[in-house]
Amino acid sequence: MGPQNINDEWLVDAVIEPKPGLRDPEGETVLKALVHREGWGEVLEIRSAKLLRFKVRATSLEEAERLVKKVCDDLRLYNPVSSMLKVRAYEGSRG
Amino acid sequence: MRVLVVKFPGTNCDYDVIEALRKVPATYPELMWYKDAEPRGYDLVVLPGGFSYADRLRAGAIAAKSPLVERLQDYVEDGGLVLGICNGFQILVEAGLLSGSFLVNDSLRFICKWVNLRVENASTPFTCLFSEGQVIKMPIAHKEGRFYAGELSTDLVRSKRAVLRYSTRNGSTTNEANPNGSDHSIAALIDTTGRILGIMPHPERAVDPILSPDGSVDGLLLFLSIKAWLGGQA
Repeated sequence: MGPQNINDEWLVDAVIEPKPGLRDPEGETVLKALVHREGWGEVLEIRSAKLLRFKVRATSLEEAERLVKKVCDDLRLYNPVSSMLKVRAYEGSRG
Repeated sequence: MRVLVVKFPGTNCDYDVIEALRKVPATYPELMWYKDAEPRGYDLVVLPGGFSYADRLRAGAIAAKSPLVERLQDYVEDGGLVLGICNGFQILVEAGLLSGSFLVNDSLRFICKWVNLRVENASTPFTCLFSEGQVIKMPIAHKEGRFYAGELSTDLVRSKRAVLRYSTRNGSTTNEANPNGSDHSIAALIDTTGRILGIMPHPERAVDPILSPDGSVDGLLLFLSIKAWLGGQA
């Protein structure tokens, strides 16, 4: 990775998905009524999720992910009772 | 009874709530825009149904962060009552004032129909004119109504904090009678202080015998309960 400065911009995806074991009727319907019906038996599971794509200023990829995670936690952008959060920054998008 | 009815951008059941409250004797409902609303001095705050902030992010999630909702905890500690109906219930859950979360109905569809509800707890300010085990009727109208609280749900039923549950006409809480896939058919929930009620069905749409099945007015009884309870306190 090259030199970085405070103005680096990162794209960060926050993926909010239902906790494992929690029924996800949307994912189930796509799997059963479309994917399996059309013969793609090797697909075992589909879970639907919500994706929020952030553009943030941070000095590193790790800091960009930490920042987005903190925003999601502090403002309760996902409900921790039923959902879990995965945060993923894009290195290639550095501005 | 002084009642504050709060309107957020997207609230659309506010006038129905006002109309329902006008049927309650000596009751003075006031409609306020959320930015101007101050709960102090009111006996009851109602968060009506609708689509606050167009259900963006999650139903109720954005209104839950408004200064008004953040003041409700103090208001309740000072003796106030809070009633959240439908989207109002979702707001209270998202604010952490009530447990759990709401997911999209397991049918993935918006459901609008009359349902039967079994009264599990008639000792709350909101249900004191009902009797336990009584089956009542109110309409539901929601898409994100599948109440989920994980392992806590069993406890909510056992402690009777699950005040109303979806049931058959005979009071059985079968899967068929559960319209949205809610944990243990939970339709209404009260907080640990017994002063904050969230209810998914619409009591304000069940106040006129001409508009209700069998001429029932079970929704009106909920509002009359609050009035009676406040009267008993005085």
